[in-house]
Amino acid sequence: MIAPETAPSHEPIHQGTFWLPKASSTLAPGVDHAWDVVMWVSVFFFVIVIGTMAYFMWKYRRRTDKDETSTVDHSAKLEITWTILPLVIVMGLFFVGLSGFMNASVAPSDSYEVQVTGERWLWTFIYPNGAISPSRLVVPKGKPVRMVMSSKDVIHSFYVPEFRIKRDVIPGQYTSIWFEATEVGKYTLECAEYCGTGHSDMLATIEVMEPEQFKQWLESAGGDKSLPPAKRGEALFNKWQCSACHALDGSRKVGPSFKGLYGREETMSDGRVIKADENYLRESILLSNAKIVKGYDPVMPIFKDMLKDDDVNDLIAFIKEQK
Amino acid sequence: MSTAETTARGGEQPALSPQFHVAHHFDSADTQFDAGRMGIWLFLVTEVLLFGGLFCAFAIFRSWYFDSFVEAHHHLDKVMGAINTVVLITSSLTMALAVRSAQQSKKELTAILLALTLACAATFLCIKYVEYSHKFHEGLLPGKWFSAVGFHTAHPGVFFAIYFMMTGIHGLHVVIGMILISWILKRTMKGEFSSRYYAPVEGVGLYWHLVDLIWIYLFPLLYLVG
Amino acid sequence: MAQAVADHPVTEQSGTNYINAQRGILSWLLTVDHKRIGLMYLVSTTIAFALGGFFALMLRLELLTPRKTFMDAATYNQAFTLHGAIMVFLFIIPAIPGALGNFVLPIMLGAKDVAFPKLNLLSLYLYWTGAIFTLSSLVTGGLDTGWTFYVPYSATTGTAVVKVTLGVFIIGFSSILTGLNFIVTVHKLRAPGVSWFRLPLLVWALYATSVVQILATPVLGITLVLLMMERVLHIGIFDPTLGGDPVLFQHFFWFYSHPAVYIMILPGMGIISEIIAVHAKRRIFGYKAIAFSSMAIALIGFLVWGHHMFVAGQSQLAATIFSFLTFLVAIPSGVKVFNWLLTLWRGSISYRTPMLFALAFMFLFTIGGLTGLFLGMLSVDMHLHDTYFVVAHFHYVMMGGTVVAFIGGLHHWWPKITGKLYSEKLGAASAALIFIGFNATFFPQFILGARGMPRRYYNYLDQFQPLHQFSTVGSWIIGLGMLVVLYNLLSSLRSGASAPSNPWGGRSLEWQTASPPVTENFEVAPKVTHGPYDFSTESQ
Ligand code: HEA
Ligand code: HEA
Ligand code: HEC
Ligand code: CUA
Ligand SMILES: [Cu+2]
Repeated sequence: MIAPETAPSHEPIHQGTFWLPKASSTLAPGVDHAWDVVMWVSVFFFVIVIGTMAYFMWKYRRRTDKDETSTVDHSAKLEITWTILPLVIVMGLFFVGLSGFMNASVAPSDSYEVQVTGERWLWTFIYPNGAISPSRLVVPKGKPVRMVMSSKDVIHSFYVPEFRIKRDVIPGQYTSIWFEATEVGKYTLECAEYCGTGHSDMLATIEVMEPEQFKQWLESAGGDKSLPPAKRGEALFNKWQCSACHALDGSRKVGPSFKGLYGREETMSDGRVIKADENYLRESILLSNAKIVKGYDPVMPIFKDMLKDDDVNDLIAFIKEQK
Repeated sequence: MSTAETTARGGEQPALSPQFHVAHHFDSADTQFDAGRMGIWLFLVTEVLLFGGLFCAFAIFRSWYFDSFVEAHHHLDKVMGAINTVVLITSSLTMALAVRSAQQSKKELTAILLALTLACAATFLCIKYVEYSHKFHEGLLPGKWFSAVGFHTAHPGVFFAIYFMMTGIHGLHVVIGMILISWILKRTMKGEFSSRYYAPVEGVGLYWHLVDLIWIYLFPLLYLVG
Repeated sequence: MAQAVADHPVTEQSGTNYINAQRGILSWLLTVDHKRIGLMYLVSTTIAFALGGFFALMLRLELLTPRKTFMDAATYNQAFTLHGAIMVFLFIIPAIPGALGNFVLPIMLGAKDVAFPKLNLLSLYLYWTGAIFTLSSLVTGGLDTGWTFYVPYSATTGTAVVKVTLGVFIIGFSSILTGLNFIVTVHKLRAPGVSWFRLPLLVWALYATSVVQILATPVLGITLVLLMMERVLHIGIFDPTLGGDPVLFQHFFWFYSHPAVYIMILPGMGIISEIIAVHAKRRIFGYKAIAFSSMAIALIGFLVWGHHMFVAGQSQLAATIFSFLTFLVAIPSGVKVFNWLLTLWRGSISYRTPMLFALAFMFLFTIGGLTGLFLGMLSVDMHLHDTYFVVAHFHYVMMGGTVVAFIGGLHHWWPKITGKLYSEKLGAASAALIFIGFNATFFPQFILGARGMPRRYYNYLDQFQPLHQFSTVGSWIIGLGMLVVLYNLLSSLRSGASAPSNPWGGRSLEWQTASPPVTENFEVAPKVTHGPYDFSTESQ
């Protein structure tokens, strides 16, 4: 389980109307419009059907066992009415739904492109300048951003309720979706395709910044060098979602807890016993599948291409502190 | 249905197929016969849909990996495939004749024709076995097991995945067909069929024709077009 | 309350009937009597329902709090997977055709049995075999793929995928055999005078269902075979690393599973037509429209599977076509709803338990169906796909629709099946509890989904907690309602009054024979001279 204190905190979804979250992208109003249309169509039919039913239920309740009932058993006029009228209405619904969808599928040509990788259970965003940002997508306000997405393992789905967009992220293929955020702020990205035990924790934060601020962030996207290594390691621990699988309090999650890990004797799935020193930790982080701790599944992502040397050192420093 | 046929099937000829009774819930032997035949046809429809799924997969992957399919299909043995096609068509013929002779109450002839059909089926499987073992030998196996070298296109394993699935499931149908044919062969020899009652022979016959028909699609698609 | 309005003198309680005609366990296990087979299906699917319901209550309990309440994430994933898989494959698909259909369809036709009684028994045995395989996963590693078995997840997870897919594969055969049997029976075994347009609408509905079962199930079969091969042999048809296509699996799966939702709802709709006509004692309105709409749903239902994959990376063109067709398939359902409404018009509506459930069905199915329109709209589905809105939609149609219709039908034919009358008071109480509990459970889920709560989530944002808690409490009310149903029906077996042959004044054939019927259904071979809803000739 994920203890509340180690769970990465996520932005709440801001409420807009009673039904829908706040509309925070340029696509959202189109979807909300479609929602309103189908909502009122449904309310209309619901009231007709259930209203009529309630009225008949009262009016034609059985009074005696000898009640005469009508023998009128068909009406071509009525049948045609309630075939054609709904048909016309649903064709309207179809077109209303179509336009919003087409907008979402075709990104403007001047979109800013971000590569998105989904894997169990981590979102990683790679910027055109090579900056890598795990679990945090920073984008400029008022500029269309196009995500080119692929998965490293199973299917995930990129879902931002406040932007009204969703698209599956599939291994072996690229899918894409775009949005243009209309307001500065923080939003929650959720994984909407079931992907295993960490599915409901596969969230990320989307931070919309003013364009100049975004530029600055992009240039300095590397982290804070003034903190002590263990502190930086802690930040990395949260940033890379290690916390989704590793507890610090000794409890078992998807992976083993880090409490007292450093210096401990670990039994591997092939029976070997290895002392958890720096080398072992480094290998466990970078090539997680090289040695599998007994009793666990080999599901930890391989961080070789994502973490820099400094980062690994900081993480090890942090793990060493968990006594 | 003509009256002549009706009497042929349901008429009073106690000497023929003595153990045959109209089941209690049918009003006549005719209804029972028609119901049985309709059941078989519906079953064949499900078979067509089952293979339909595979044919769809074939079409989709072929359009994805056109070059790879063309390259891979040259590794199938066209000659053996063609021989097998002939063998199966022959077996369809003998099966059709067997049904006919069963309708005419010719017990011995039916038995011989059924045995011939069985022999064709066995030949088919033997040839298939030879083909399969060549593929195994050369590493032309599906997906992960594909180990043949010298291919110029990506993912040739996909073609062989489809090939093995389609021919494998078809082969399974041949085996089931052989079991069914043996069963009616045994009943024929016991003299259970006659012009009065031959529904099982006809049913198995229909099934067998379907199995052949599927091969007649499989052969050009896999071996010739690729 | 219930009174006999038998219009044919039938030998009431003449002593022998299909239940006591033979004794001993073997006389059940080897029976070919469609009524006994129906009864065994009823017991089996009810057990499956209770098991699926148990998992539902457990997973609702876990959702009382975000993060851990009492089970861990892996267990939760197994809970919803087994809940969905059991409910769909072991309960809702076989239940109505297997239990009620088997029991009443041949009687409604005036036949002595289905066309292939032995095949019918085989179908039950296949169901049991499949169920054993499926449920054996409970003790051998569970299943955590979701009921949809999406690859590559299902090809890689460590749980008992092969056992369950094999089980579902076998149950598929059972389903095909039932469908085949019903089609041939309807064609070949109608009693004299039972013309196509004198078939009760339940028969039309079951006929349409059977067509779908025959055409769709084989595709599921081959898909599951490919999945097993993928898992065991890594043949690379679905595995992207070997060149396969995971989206192809989804196409195959929904090619079956969308039509399957009509396998689930059509028999329920058939039951509703029967209940409404009989308990409003009125000739059904728009007989032909209802009959043909069943066929229309069955056929158009084959063309819309892609609406489950609007955001799954299919082409825009495909998505557009699927959305368009999805709207078309809604029309015949509307036709049915309106015709049921007009059947109430100038009727004589009695509020006995079956009718209460039928009215609840009307209410719940309308909501479920209309919310399907939201999901059919491309842009709206982009927001709602894989959220609790979808969960609410399909529970409104499956639980609020099919299950409520099933329970209504069970009460409708219970006197016929068992020869006993249950308590109408308890019946009304259970209908009320289920109706209230159901809305309390699932209406909040529409709100949750629209607000951005994804489905299959073990953990959720704190802001969603109040609605989840409301929903969980609702699920207990449903559970209570189900217990009342169970108690009411079972206690009627011991202490219920004997049922007359025609307690509700129905006009179709099953009401013209004794309750419970004799082994071959009728003492005298029936000859039919009027339609199944011909209440006006009753006085003769
Ligand atoms: C009994 C089962 C059942 C039935 C009958 C239906 C009926 C319908 N369903 Fe549903 N559906 C499911 C079971 C069912 N569904 C399940 C199980 C899933 C999810 C599976 C999963 O992912 O796990 C699903 C998911 C699902 C989706 C995919 C959602 C997603 O994953 O993003 C869609 C999208 O189009 C959809 C649409 C519809 C429509 C349009 C109908 C229509 O047939 C409804 C027609 C009925 C009405 C419209 C109401 C009555 C009509 C009137 C009162 C007249 C007025 C009407 C008009 C104006 C037309 N359904
Ligand atoms: C027939 C289909 C059916 C039925 C009836 C139900 C019934 C219920 N379902 Fe269902 N559900 C599904 C099919 C069904 N479900 C499917 C397909 C999924 C998707 C799974 C997936 O994502 O893969 C799902 C998913 C699903 C979820 C979403 C899980 C998630 O996404 O994380 C939830 C959550 O609330 C839920 C709750 C419930 C509840 C509370 C009931 C209640 O209505 C249950 C009430 C029943 C009982 C309480 C049983 C009591 C029985 C007795 C006491 C015996 C008496 C017997 C008789 C009277 C006959 N279900
Ligand atoms: C998807 C879940 C997951 C994530 C995310 C994850 N791990 Fe792991 N980790 C595991 C599992 C499971 C194991 C045990 C199996 C193994 O040895 O590979 C493990 C093992 C380890 C070990 C060896 C522990 C021992 O007891 O010997 C270390 C060290 C480690 N992880 C560090 C990290 C760091 C640092 C991060 C983040 C940068 C991280 N993990 C992210 C799942 C995860
Ligand atoms: Cu990733 Cu769910
Ligand atoms: Cu559907």
